[in-house]
Amino acid sequence: MSACNDFVVRFANVNGTGSASANYLFAKSIFRMGIPVSPKNIFPSNIQGLPTWYEVRVSEKGYLGRREGVDLCVSVNPQSMKQDVQCVKPGGYFVYDNTKPLADELVRPDITYIGIPLMETCNREYTDARQRQLFKNVMYVGALSALLEIEFSVLEDLLREQFAGKEKLIAPNVKALQLGIDFIHQNVPYPLPFRVERRDLVGNSILTDGNSACGLGAVYGGATVVAWYPITPSTSVAEAFHSYADELRIDADGRSNYAIVQAEDELAAIGMVIGATWNGSRSFTATSGPGVSLMNEFLGLAYFAEIPVVLIDVQRTGPSTGMPTRTQQSDITLAAYASHGDTKHVLLFPSTPTECFDMTADSFDLAERLQTPIMIMSDLDLGMNDHMCEPFHWDDARTHDRGKIYTAEHLEKITRYGRYLDTDGDGIPYRTIPGAHPTKGSYVVRGTSRDEHAVYTEDSAAYKRNMDRLTKKWETAKTLVHAPQRYQEKYVSKLGVLFFGTSTQSAEEALDLLREKGHVLDALRLRSFPFHHAVSDFVASHETVFVIEQNRDGQMRGLLITELNVDPHRFISVLNYDGMPITADTIMQQILSHLPN
Amino acid sequence: MSFVRPQFRHPHLPKNELGYTTREYEGSLSTLCAGCGHDSIGAAIVQACFEMNIEPHQVAKLSGIGCSSKTPAYFLGNSHGFNTVHGRMPSVATGANMANRDLIYLGVSGDGDTASIGMGQFVHAVRRNLNMTYIVMNNGCYGLTKGQDSATADMGSKSKAGSVNPFEAIDLCGLALELGASFVAQSFSGDKQQLIPLIKAAMHHHGFAFLNVISPCVTFNNNVGSTKSYDYVRQHVQATATMDFVPPATEITTSYAEGADANVTMHDGSLLHLHKLAQGWDPSDRMSAIEALQRSRMEGKVLTGLVYYDDKGKDLHDVLNTSARPLNSIPMTELCPGSAKLREINAGLQ
Ligand SMILES: Cc1ncc(C[n+]2csc(CCOP(=O)(O)OP(=O)(O)O)c2C)c(N)n1
Ligand code: SF4
Ligand SMILES: [Mg+2]
Repeated sequence: MSACNDFVVRFANVNGTGSASANYLFAKSIFRMGIPVSPKNIFPSNIQGLPTWYEVRVSEKGYLGRREGVDLCVSVNPQSMKQDVQCVKPGGYFVYDNTKPLADELVRPDITYIGIPLMETCNREYTDARQRQLFKNVMYVGALSALLEIEFSVLEDLLREQFAGKEKLIAPNVKALQLGIDFIHQNVPYPLPFRVERRDLVGNSILTDGNSACGLGAVYGGATVVAWYPITPSTSVAEAFHSYADELRIDADGRSNYAIVQAEDELAAIGMVIGATWNGSRSFTATSGPGVSLMNEFLGLAYFAEIPVVLIDVQRTGPSTGMPTRTQQSDITLAAYASHGDTKHVLLFPSTPTECFDMTADSFDLAERLQTPIMIMSDLDLGMNDHMCEPFHWDDARTHDRGKIYTAEHLEKITRYGRYLDTDGDGIPYRTIPGAHPTKGSYVVRGTSRDEHAVYTEDSAAYKRNMDRLTKKWETAKTLVHAPQRYQEKYVSKLGVLFFGTSTQSAEEALDLLREKGHVLDALRLRSFPFHHAVSDFVASHETVFVIEQNRDGQMRGLLITELNVDPHRFISVLNYDGMPITADTIMQQILSHLPN
Repeated sequence: MSFVRPQFRHPHLPKNELGYTTREYEGSLSTLCAGCGHDSIGAAIVQACFEMNIEPHQVAKLSGIGCSSKTPAYFLGNSHGFNTVHGRMPSVATGANMANRDLIYLGVSGDGDTASIGMGQFVHAVRRNLNMTYIVMNNGCYGLTKGQDSATADMGSKSKAGSVNPFEAIDLCGLALELGASFVAQSFSGDKQQLIPLIKAAMHHHGFAFLNVISPCVTFNNNVGSTKSYDYVRQHVQATATMDFVPPATEITTSYAEGADANVTMHDGSLLHLHKLAQGWDPSDRMSAIEALQRSRMEGKVLTGLVYYDDKGKDLHDVLNTSARPLNSIPMTELCPGSAKLREINAGLQ
């Protein structure tokens, strides 16, 4: 098991004991040493007391998906210790607090135990109860840095940055690190067979989470009205928007250039977004599956009345309350056809925080261009975990596309304004903003049928004309949404692989693993719905297409079958739906099971 | 079918200060039943806006679903309107108001739309003191779905089909008061004299102005035994006061009697003059308002007029400390922090 920069470390903590910042310190220090890392929180739906894990994969090859099998487990939670011992791979290491002796039943012959007197040392060295707790965490990071050869100066720098402005806290933190290091140096053979070694593999990458990126993207996208209702794992989107806006969106007189309303529920949240965008602001809401379920009626209104909406859906494990702190890609069907009647919605599938930023900013343009809801389909893994990704980019020459709006000036030149006239033949009509003109351009927005001039009508022909225009608009959407990512210039196989969102990292790794076994498959990463023409082309060009996704029913596969009108037998589902991020290994095994040996 | 009002204009219609006749404040032809109370309220809105010299395009009118919620199509045709979904007008009004604080927001709803399906949103709009006028056209039944009892139907009230409502009614004015509403009034669709000044005052109020208007449904709930019928309301009405609305900076020409009268100066300098005050009631005293409402209810009376008024409250914009400029008017170039700032943010994440 001797490996440099290629292992998985898992931390087992008790929720609410301040372990998060110590664990982050560990992951970030490896990132700072130029080595790709991917940390993942596995946490309970609880505020304090239940077990929580933090898993860090270190990968020289830059594989950022989750990997099964733990090489080293740091367990400071007696409650989960039995389970933690079991998760270690044979030949791996188990680090624990030996202030109390290890129960016999926890001893496995095939792994190495490293006991560190964390509690004893911290009780001796610190007097304050909270500090004793917190520094136990920092002390095990120190111990790991000795075992894995993490550079001390990197850790020290990170602590300095973390406590900038609270310098008094630096020394005791550094001391805790040192206590861990000293203990290893004096008592344990080090380094371990697997360790880290400085590299130059992360370039100018950043390490951040998808929710912060969405919040920031909304600031850049020009959102001014945010309405939301708290729900894991989406809450930090609104919070991130708030904290960025608090810095970047304040008028000279100290007043805010944004309004955030914590709504009474998701029905109200989406209603507020609709009211704000109708009235000419850019606005969004962030929620998760249960919220999208509640928003259905309003989403239908926005589709039919043609109101721009940006909705960030950070998916979690359903159905119902499901596993609220676990990940899934299981709102696909719900989101695509949300609401009664013939409704369809534009979906975007980001796979990295960078793309969360870009797609959120873009979605405001798309929503106004298409005058319809745009849903960004993130998930818990993407939203709440840190991911190594490209730095954010903004082109200052970029202008925000407000879509088709008639201003007072335009209205002056028109004899009779028709809100739902297809003036340009692309299915997208012109809207007006309330208050624009004293006598022209007003109409009543409604969810009931109306004619081209927004006058209520139950005339079948007028209703049908309108529905057909909406279909035309849908066709236009295909030319405006994000094109899929291609992995090859020319197709080389009869087998294709489709994936999207957070299945991407593991899918890419699986493709490499399959190639090593002699199976070269073509691949395409979906980035949007309606499906771009390049998707139909990919499907048409392959006999069999594997669709990788994280839900039970193969929801994206279903969408492909329905929307592309393809023989279902040509699609094979590759699934994971246990609430944990999909791994490359499971993808490879499932695909292999369908290939001739 | 679509209805458009005939273009004929009476040559001698009076004009207001903006040069508009009432026609500029009307909407398309109503499709409600002849005699429906809702149409009278719509007409009162037209008259109030005409008399107040409001630029029609400065009003945004919103509603939920129901016969009552259809009325925005029948008044203020030069105003933008939003006929939302059932019970959810308050949230759309909230978002709209956040986007542009400069428009006047006029929401109309029904008793079903507000007191049942929309109760949650109503309650929270009151609580946030959203700067809007909220009119409930209250007929004690679901008109559009053919006359079922609503949550405001009085206990013991008899439907046209003869069934007696066994449940307590929700008193929307009492509820609004309880929730801290800053303007609470009640009126009757058949009493233009009172309704028009109340609508004016509500639209001038800074904050949430709630106006519950008893509005008989002639088709389903105007029978003997119904407490929301024209006859019942006419016989049981009890006014808090008669009132005049005096717009801001207008010379007060009438001389009002001392003692029995009260003047209420509003946020923007307009004046509500109340005379013939009911005994033991003071519009600025929440306790006396609650008591007056409760007492009239016990006595089977319908208390109308201004029930409570307070202009010191902060509206949602004040609370959120939003820009004085409408948020929808701030140029994108100003809203987007630009690439240099983004590089700084990147550096913090490396
Ligand atoms: C979600 C939903 N449920 C039910 C309906 C059917 N519906 C339409 S109007 C209405 C009741 C309206 O009553 P009210 O608000 O009192 O208005 P009125 O017609 O009496 O003026 C109902 C239940 C609907 N449109 N939407
Ligand atoms: S049914 Fe009743 S509420 Fe509806 S329009 Fe007729 S009278 Fe008015
Ligand atoms: Mg009603």
